[in-house]
Amino acid sequence: MAEIAGHTIPNRSPLMAFLERWFLTTNHKEIGSLYLWLSFVLFFIGGAMAMLIRVELFQPGLQYLEPLFYNQMVTMHGLIMVFGVVMPGFVGLANWQIPMMIGAPDMALPRLNNFSFWILPFAFTLLTSSLFMEGGAPNFGWTFYAPLSTTYGPPSTDFFILGVHLMGVSSILGAINIIVTIFNMRTEGMTLMKMPLFVWTWLITAFLLVMVMPVLAGAVTMMLTDRHFGTSFFEAAGGGDPLLFQHVFWFFGHPEVYILILPGFGIASQIIPTFARKKLFGYTSMVYATASIAILSFVVWGHHMFAAGLPLAAELFFMYCTMLIAVPTGVKVFNWVATMWRGSMTFETPMLFALGFVILFTIGGFSGLMLALVPADFQYHDTFFVVAHFHYVLYPGAIFGIMSAVYYWLPKWCGNMYDERLGKIHFWTAIIAVNMTFFPMHFIGLAGMPRRIVDYSIQFADFNMVSSIGAALLGLTQVLFLYIVIKAIRGGEKATPQVWEGAEGLEWTLPSPAPLHTFEAPPQFPAPQEAYKHE
Amino acid sequence: MDNGKHVTSITSMLQRGLTFLLFMAFSAANFAADLDLRPGVTDMSQRIQSLHHTSLIICSVIGVVVFGLMFYSMYAHRRTKNPTPADFHESTIVEVIWTLIPVLILVSLAVPATTALIEIEDNSDPDLTVLITGSQWKWHYQYLESDINFYSNLATSQEQRDNLEPKGVNYLLEVDNVLVLPTNKKVRFLTTSDDVIHSWWIPDFAVKQDAVPGFINEAWTRVDEPGVFRGQCAEFCGKDHAFMPIVVEVQAEADFDQWLEDQRLAIELASGQAVADRAKTWAMAELMEIGEQVYVDHCATCHELDGAGQGSTYPALAGGEIPNGPMEAHIEQVMNGKADTEMQAWAPQLSDLEIASVITYERNSFGNETADLVQPITIYESR
Amino acid sequence: MSESRNKQRKHLVLLSTLALGMLGFSFALVPLYEVFCEVTGINGKTSNAVVVKPTTVIQESEREVTIQFLAQVARGMPWEFRPTEHQLRVRVGEVNLTSYYARNRSAQGVTGQAVPSVSPGNAARYLRKIECFCFTEQYLEAGEAQQMSVRFYIDEELPEEINTLSLSYSLFNAPELEASSLALASHPQ
Repeated sequence: MAEIAGHTIPNRSPLMAFLERWFLTTNHKEIGSLYLWLSFVLFFIGGAMAMLIRVELFQPGLQYLEPLFYNQMVTMHGLIMVFGVVMPGFVGLANWQIPMMIGAPDMALPRLNNFSFWILPFAFTLLTSSLFMEGGAPNFGWTFYAPLSTTYGPPSTDFFILGVHLMGVSSILGAINIIVTIFNMRTEGMTLMKMPLFVWTWLITAFLLVMVMPVLAGAVTMMLTDRHFGTSFFEAAGGGDPLLFQHVFWFFGHPEVYILILPGFGIASQIIPTFARKKLFGYTSMVYATASIAILSFVVWGHHMFAAGLPLAAELFFMYCTMLIAVPTGVKVFNWVATMWRGSMTFETPMLFALGFVILFTIGGFSGLMLALVPADFQYHDTFFVVAHFHYVLYPGAIFGIMSAVYYWLPKWCGNMYDERLGKIHFWTAIIAVNMTFFPMHFIGLAGMPRRIVDYSIQFADFNMVSSIGAALLGLTQVLFLYIVIKAIRGGEKATPQVWEGAEGLEWTLPSPAPLHTFEAPPQFPAPQEAYKHE
Repeated sequence: MDNGKHVTSITSMLQRGLTFLLFMAFSAANFAADLDLRPGVTDMSQRIQSLHHTSLIICSVIGVVVFGLMFYSMYAHRRTKNPTPADFHESTIVEVIWTLIPVLILVSLAVPATTALIEIEDNSDPDLTVLITGSQWKWHYQYLESDINFYSNLATSQEQRDNLEPKGVNYLLEVDNVLVLPTNKKVRFLTTSDDVIHSWWIPDFAVKQDAVPGFINEAWTRVDEPGVFRGQCAEFCGKDHAFMPIVVEVQAEADFDQWLEDQRLAIELASGQAVADRAKTWAMAELMEIGEQVYVDHCATCHELDGAGQGSTYPALAGGEIPNGPMEAHIEQVMNGKADTEMQAWAPQLSDLEIASVITYERNSFGNETADLVQPITIYESR
Repeated sequence: MSESRNKQRKHLVLLSTLALGMLGFSFALVPLYEVFCEVTGINGKTSNAVVVKPTTVIQESEREVTIQFLAQVARGMPWEFRPTEHQLRVRVGEVNLTSYYARNRSAQGVTGQAVPSVSPGNAARYLRKIECFCFTEQYLEAGEAQQMSVRFYIDEELPEEINTLSLSYSLFNAPELEASSLALASHPQ
């Protein structure tokens, strides 16, 4: 007999019950936790690779890593962070939160949900095991341009292709599940325009996923047939074109980077109103802005290819559309500021991370706008200026988004408050470290340092050193974060149902920790004031 | 008290203060210039720097305003200062305003960007054309109006890269053969590749163009003052992506014409030398010495100094099939490369003597003891 | 409850169709890209179709352009391959003939395929080839050399601002075909 989460399971040893629970669960909360832990583990693996990169780049000269291995680190770091950390992290948050926020008992397709998750550990084992294969891991950058990847890739490239297919299937199935859940399982009275913004951003993100992950699947399939089945999609020899690869890849790739940030926008839109004790400013605008960003994301892919030999008309088109995305993005930032304005703010850790997100993501957005200007891009493209840009939008962007969400909702998940003092220490060291690591990259990029290089000229040495020191500090802050999370799960000040004074939304009417099964009967919406209990 | 002294000391204080301020301003400007995108040496590169400044200033101003409002709000609207939150949460007017103003700002950026781009993409009426071919991991230049062509390889020593020697000021930015161009001429660059995508980039010209295998791209520049300008490959191309720099020397027209003439002579000399080399029968010791240098310069980066190779990607020469097998196959591999791998064709780049020597060297080093040697004449006949 | 299940099923079917449709779309991008480039001519690929010079007399304009000829040999392709002339000054509308020299340096017969590329990209569709060795694969015996011709004219529609164009051929190893049939094809008796 085993006792798990209030269920008594006959005829099972505790070990078997444990394995069955976690391999076979169809519960959105448990699956949410699985996704979040996977993301956290891969965060350390991808982060270790980043540390290796920064150690080699600490000084000019070849010190520790062979160029071939360095190239593998650059590639794997990108793949793991994009597909293994940010995406599963946001999906984990979606799993935990969406049913609770819309008053549903679970996701629409719970078994599919389990399957979507369990594909991932297999996919990432396959991908990381390539490090030990003959010829090493993929070494052509996470963007795997042809023909470097098709003709000159190592044997493990085929495993990489299989891994990408698996991750893609997981994402597509998960996204379909999310859309069907949101469309069909909202509680009575919650029209689409009354949903929490986190749910809206995930709805839109899920549509992007359903539409563009298949395009990635197409690209890697064409890559596979070029490698082994005699096709020439991407090789001039057989009448193909390496640039076709870039078009197909970035048609996926650009919406993909919006997939990596939109849920973060949703999270900020939940946290800032809570801690400002004021409703989100411009809810309708926020929805339309997010939708505009998503739609525009389909017509800007060429801005990754300005130096590739595009004709003038295409360059102008992509430049104008890319610049246009700044408008709805700016609208969102202004709306967050207007939410803060004349609110009554306190600065607990989730709010600190959310505000850090807004400011630093905006800086990343500025460098993005600069990159959109084609003539200037001829100087920025493929330099560390680009690396600075995307790390600003991904680290203080997506990752801070996930961290702020974890701090915000962890008390709901585990019933204990995290240690606020440690949380603040985490925040302040992370802010310093993240800027120390990535801000200098703007300058070395402007000075002329290309990206994806194992060694560099001496005029780039000083800022590289600063960046590497910042990276070491950043790595340490992750260990602190892990400690804070584990400590909170194990115990701490008991959390109330509402947890945060200004929090509004169905999830805050539930006990903390939220029981395994919630909202088995649809709740009343909007929740009456009495539903928010303070003890 | 001396009045004169008093007056002097105020003046001298002012002088010192002014000097100090000027020094600070100068240092700040210098520091900022170090951080800034370089202006470069062409009209276009300077226009691009202007565009960069414009967008940077616009973004900075917007940032200062928005972040300023945020920091102010964090101070003035925190709970202890503002215990009762306001309850406004929408305003169509405000949304329209902060949608339209950014659009106008964007238009102001798009106009100079568009005019510059149209000019950048106008490659017509060049005065001379250079065909640039990227390979793993070097560049090849050909002046289209003549037969002058050569390879350009990284010249920084392995010792510097391995931290055994101090690094020179042009570490990783120096080559054996530089591309020479004339001043005041519109030079058109055609870029292509014979393996993967590379990218030819000179920051001082603000020219960056991908080199795509099977296709040609074009770009142009016009430099008015002589000088030496350095750039790097700007598209990830494999193991030695960091080690294929570009050096361009721009010379006054008369000097450039002289250089062209010198190149023609050098080519003639080299072919004369090649004739002499293949007429001679070379001894093993001579071939081994030359071969070792060729191996270190061109082969060791992949096959390693001790011939051990790097896994299956770069096969070991020590005890390897090809260096110990039939001579014809070895010659064929070195001269023509191996399709779909990084083993390139060395026939275009190396002379008969160099190829003969390096093959001899490989067959008699790293534990290989074939005692074979190859004469340059054999290589010549295989061409 | 069952109504909601039906709605869910409907959504499921629609979304799965969307996902599969996008997969199909990604493959459709291949011919779409080809067509787009052919129609606009913007990736520099010339047509592989033989152009027949119209029999009506074309007004040969006074307009002249420079056309440069380039050659690339892919790795592992043991041919010497170069244009016989680096550049020509030609009149728009006038038919011109040039050739490329190719020699198989290796000890066995090799089949090659030349792939053209024109710069600027949008000049490609105005370069009309009547005869070109790039239309078919070319077979050379060991040691054999050949002059391979290109007969072309430049269409008067060539935009005003283009007065220099570059035509590059990249030579690749083509899959082995029946040596005899190819040998016949490229050496008409």
